Amino acid sequence: MVEKSDIRVVRCGGSKINLRPSVFSTDSRFVLCASGDSVKVYSTRTEECLHSLQGHTNQVTGITLNPANHLQVYSCSADGTVKLWDFIDGILIKTFIIGYPVFAICVSEKHEGIIFLQLSMATNSKSECLQLVAVHLPKSAEQEVEAKELSAVCSHISSNPSCTALGRGGEFIAFARHLQLNVYFFRKQKTYSFSLQATDKKGAKNAFTCVACHPTDDCIATGHEDGKIRLWRNFNQKKEYTYSTLHWHHNAVNTLCFTPEGTHLLSGGIESVLVQWKYGADNKKELLPRLGGAILHIAASSDGQLFCTSHSDNKLTVIESNFKVCGVIQGLVKGDDVLTDLMIDPRSKALVLNGRPGHLQFYSLLRDKHLYNLDIVQQEYIYEAGLDQFEVVKAVFDIKGSWLATVEERGRKSSDLEFFLKLWAYDEKTQSFVLNTTITAAHTDRIISMCFSSSEETTMLVTTAEDGQFKAWCQGADADTQQDQNFWSCDFVGSYHNLKPTNCSFSADSSLLAVSFQEVITIWSPETWEMLTTLCQPPGEIRDLCFGRLSCSKYLLSTTNRNLCCWNLLTCALEWSTSVEVSKLQPDPLSENVAAFSYQSKHTDLFVFKPSEPRPLFTHKNVCSEKVHRAVFVPQEEPLNNCDESSQWLNRSQLYFLTQNMDLLTFNQATEEDRMLSSSKRLVIDDSVAVTPFYLLLGKHRQQQQNLNTPSYTGADKPQQPQGSATIKELLHTPAHVLPAASVLCSMFVNSLLISKTGVREEMESSEQEMDSEKEEEDSEEEMEACDSQQELRAQGSVDEVTPKLSKAQEKELKRVRKTDFSWMTGLIDSKP
Amino acid sequence: MASFKPTKVQVLPKLGEKVTEDTLYWRNYKSPVQMKEFGAVKKIDFSPLPPHNYAVTASTRVHIYGPHSQEPIQSFTRFRDTAYCGTFRGDGKLLVTGSEEGLIRLFDVSGRVALRQFSGHSKAVRVTSFLSDGLRVVSGSDDMTCRVWDIPSGAELKTFTEHTDYVRALAPSKLNPDLFVTGSYDHTVKMFDMRSGSSLMTMQHGYPVECVLLYPSEALLVSTGGRYVKIWDLLKGGQELVSLKNHHKTVTCACLSTVDNKLLTGSLDRHIKVYNSSYKVVHDFDYDTSILSMAIAPHDEVIAVGMTNGVLSVRHRKHKKVNETLTSRRRRGPSYRVFVKGKNFVPRQDDFLVSKPVKEYLQKHDKQLKSFEVSKALDTALQIWGRTNKPEVTVAVIMEINRRGTLKNALAGRDEQSLSKILNFVLKHIFDPRFSQPMIMVGDIIVDLYKEVIPQSPSVERLLQRLMDVLGGETELQHELLQVLGILDTLFASLTPRKEVAALAAPPVDQGSQLQAA
Repeated sequence: MVEKSDIRVVRCGGSKINLRPSVFSTDSRFVLCASGDSVKVYSTRTEECLHSLQGHTNQVTGITLNPANHLQVYSCSADGTVKLWDFIDGILIKTFIIGYPVFAICVSEKHEGIIFLQLSMATNSKSECLQLVAVHLPKSAEQEVEAKELSAVCSHISSNPSCTALGRGGEFIAFARHLQLNVYFFRKQKTYSFSLQATDKKGAKNAFTCVACHPTDDCIATGHEDGKIRLWRNFNQKKEYTYSTLHWHHNAVNTLCFTPEGTHLLSGGIESVLVQWKYGADNKKELLPRLGGAILHIAASSDGQLFCTSHSDNKLTVIESNFKVCGVIQGLVKGDDVLTDLMIDPRSKALVLNGRPGHLQFYSLLRDKHLYNLDIVQQEYIYEAGLDQFEVVKAVFDIKGSWLATVEERGRKSSDLEFFLKLWAYDEKTQSFVLNTTITAAHTDRIISMCFSSSEETTMLVTTAEDGQFKAWCQGADADTQQDQNFWSCDFVGSYHNLKPTNCSFSADSSLLAVSFQEVITIWSPETWEMLTTLCQPPGEIRDLCFGRLSCSKYLLSTTNRNLCCWNLLTCALEWSTSVEVSKLQPDPLSENVAAFSYQSKHTDLFVFKPSEPRPLFTHKNVCSEKVHRAVFVPQEEPLNNCDESSQWLNRSQLYFLTQNMDLLTFNQATEEDRMLSSSKRLVIDDSVAVTPFYLLLGKHRQQQQNLNTPSYTGADKPQQPQGSATIKELLHTPAHVLPAASVLCSMFVNSLLISKTGVREEMESSEQEMDSEKEEEDSEEEMEACDSQQELRAQGSVDEVTPKLSKAQEKELKRVRKTDFSWMTGLIDSKP
Repeated sequence: MASFKPTKVQVLPKLGEKVTEDTLYWRNYKSPVQMKEFGAVKKIDFSPLPPHNYAVTASTRVHIYGPHSQEPIQSFTRFRDTAYCGTFRGDGKLLVTGSEEGLIRLFDVSGRVALRQFSGHSKAVRVTSFLSDGLRVVSGSDDMTCRVWDIPSGAELKTFTEHTDYVRALAPSKLNPDLFVTGSYDHTVKMFDMRSGSSLMTMQHGYPVECVLLYPSEALLVSTGGRYVKIWDLLKGGQELVSLKNHHKTVTCACLSTVDNKLLTGSLDRHIKVYNSSYKVVHDFDYDTSILSMAIAPHDEVIAVGMTNGVLSVRHRKHKKVNETLTSRRRRGPSYRVFVKGKNFVPRQDDFLVSKPVKEYLQKHDKQLKSFEVSKALDTALQIWGRTNKPEVTVAVIMEINRRGTLKNALAGRDEQSLSKILNFVLKHIFDPRFSQPMIMVGDIIVDLYKEVIPQSPSVERLLQRLMDVLGGETELQHELLQVLGILDTLFASLTPRKEVAALAAPPVDQGSQLQAA
């Protein structure tokens, strides 16, 4: 049974993928990037996420390929560990425990068994000083190893990891901090430092922002705050160093990168222009403009054919060497602030919020994938620091998802405010929103809130603004002319004693409109535009307003900074009120439930209640430590049927919320999560088998097996895959280079497809296979271990035949075992029909 | 890689009148030709036969004009007193007129002397017409009677004395030779039947009736009088269908357009209004003085309007010129073959297809904006204004430059000529509510930038002086408007009954200025 403690807060989706430079695999088929506490492996061709390497418990702060084995990757994390992964199969190979939070990692071929880490030894994390430390990785067969051999290379390095670079195959290391560039030669064990004036005559800012070293030449490229790039040469002595300057960027150079051959230097900055400088021929450059947000990092593949730029709008762009964009990997864009509410597109059930400047983004929470951006502002974005740009500040969908209203605003800080109200119609043909009406001066002051009426037939939009008015907008309100039917125009202007309206809300059947004016709630009839009544419960300005749904539709909820009130609209009297500061009130569109986030004594609590009964259905103390201002109920894909009282509210929809730190969190049930995981896993396997004649053959075979097996599995809604087909899948999925020779496999495989008649023959074959598997076991010790455990599991599995559902622990074990190579071999033994 | 997004030119709708097919149709007339008559033009009637000459009754004359003639091609002048209501017969050969002295004269259109004279009315005969058989004449007079006359014998056939005041309006039925409708100053409209000798129905208009009009189907009747135009349903026994109050002075005349029976009404308030089939005003013609009479030629080719000061104003319909098609043919670009060249090429199996990127076309100012040449872009935008006289693009470019924060740079460092060009632009559009915001901004920046050097250039100084003058005038005007608004507010407040209405819809003036929905 589901316990109350099973509902927990889970971080979900949309982590930053632009924190650190991404890494190409050697064959440039994959690109790896740090994403929250995992490392994601994307295909450069299809831009799909292949694996998510999970295991770190804190932000992953760096990834780099293992120079000794190009199929392995090191990742370091702020949780104080470095992990070695096989990224093609998504297996964790080793964990090195460092013990201090690690901020960056670099390796070189010359220093075998050594990794260089940037970590802060100081106990107080505030101090910016980081140390560069060389760590000797102990050679131990164990999974978790503690790396103790730390030797400091240098201290006081910049906290920006792009200010440190290994040069010329690891001969020296260059690191810059503020106005000083230091070069440490490993062989000489000597540091040279070069410093620049803080400002030159023209007032340029000279501070270093990034460092890159030429792969074959003795040359260091440094980027500066004023947009200059300096190429340092002859730096292996104190005095006679030289540098040349390249200047194109008008703002700070964020990143520099040499191509692997060293023929070109790539640079990027806030302008979002990738600049390619020809090395040696200074000032010969190629530009690739308008890539997206500011360029934060650039990575080049080892063959120099592909570049990958990370952008500030949480995006990776894969660029071919002939400067053609060939792929975009987009994460959930979270700027400094979510100005629009979190919304759900009623059609695609995608999360909608403002993303790139001037765009609305549609993000699928289920697949954790960015769907598309809708360009709201439709203007050229100027990449310049400190420029006041148009931002989408409000957006709202109507109930069917056929209309979208947006407000874009510019000049909030300065006095001359510009804003537009835009209405978008959903176009079935193009499957996206098309601009229908632009209203240039909808109000004389900022729009505070807006909402669509919830009735199915007629759509009406109500906006409230700081000019003390609320306006109702209708489609084709002046229907004199036949063509103008589709456009929106003002239908009604209302105000109440010149008070400033704060919020507005339509009742579930949109027969009533509630508009709050500071302390007063006014109820209007949208049919006649008559004010029906006013409700007032001082003190405090009203923040949120919402009507109850379904059986509670006679209630109206309002929050002030002190209390939460519930009004009965039949009696026009206060039903109940509690003194709690509610920062966000969110009704569930599919049930009567309302979620209230309250912020008290430095942590946020969640209450879920029905307006008809003041006792909450569910309470969760200390959800997070920040205020919650944005939340949304997302309809479940398929309704759950929890009968437990405390988790019933999650049956129809799931609650997501956004903290002030821009973390997207959700409430989740443990069992559900497991179900999701297993189903997604299965999905991956099923999808990845291409439809070939071979597959069809297999599929037929599998069907037969399933038919055989069905009687025993009638009870379970999702039958476990028969072992035989699973092993064949493993066979298909194991990389070819680790498989035994095809000649060995072939006869076995073909035999496995046959329906044998005699038990004698079967026994013979199985003995054959056992011989084979023994041969394999000799190959490595690890694998033998794996096989042993697999055989153990078999024993358990036979017990499980009776009760098909495995226990959780067993399932986990099964998963782990599946990951190891050759486990399918033993499975093949059992697959004999 | 996203491509450059060109400057978005906002298309703002013009406030007020909306352009519809009807307005386009009624706007499609040439500017009016004006002809001076000797007195107020009381009646205009088009001949039903082509070339559709028209008879104009004014003072003591009836002139007949050809459709394009400036001079009368025929005139009947032998009236001792004012002539009234020269009306053509259905075949266009005869013309009947009434007169102040009470005589009714019948003319042959080609002759000069009256063929018949019907006498019997004791007072002025204001309205005369032929019944639809063409053999009888019906007349209405200030002696409160309507009489029907037989043309061959010249005898009076019947007298109707049901009206109690002057009879000033008359409309014979075209379908039935025995029916006609009269309107009188006794506020009634009556339909008479020759066969019964009395009125069939009576409709109360409520004001002295100036004009009556039957629809071709003769199911609907229009009567005008006072400020009202009323439509009556005759098939329902004279039920009032609509009452229109679109004029603010007496409606003196009405007629139907011949193409799709649109109603036109003319009034002493100097306007002719055109109504659509649901009786909403779709177009409005404005004249110099009060309108007394109006007529429209078949196929709406000509609208002739007579006014109180004796001016006859004639508008002709515009027709597409034939030579236009010739020029368009000459201007045609490359032939079809050029465009389809190579388009239908089917690549063979082992051909390697190199796709050419689609080249996007950018306007010149967008190209300059793309390369951050804001000053040049502004110049280009001003050139566009000079060429097309449409300020939208120029304003859009100014807004775009302002959004980039470089408007100051774009305006700085200009010589006298280019600066005066910008100032001219500002002067012209600063009062357009759609553009005033950016124009004020530009003006501000110019004054800021050039205040030291302005005295060096007299032409720029003059322009700035003018700008100051018009701004002063505008603020004064706005001030007055606000005062008027205040007066109106008090009026509205005193008019509305004391009710607990918290909100009142904003006055229409306010709303109009705010509503600029695209």
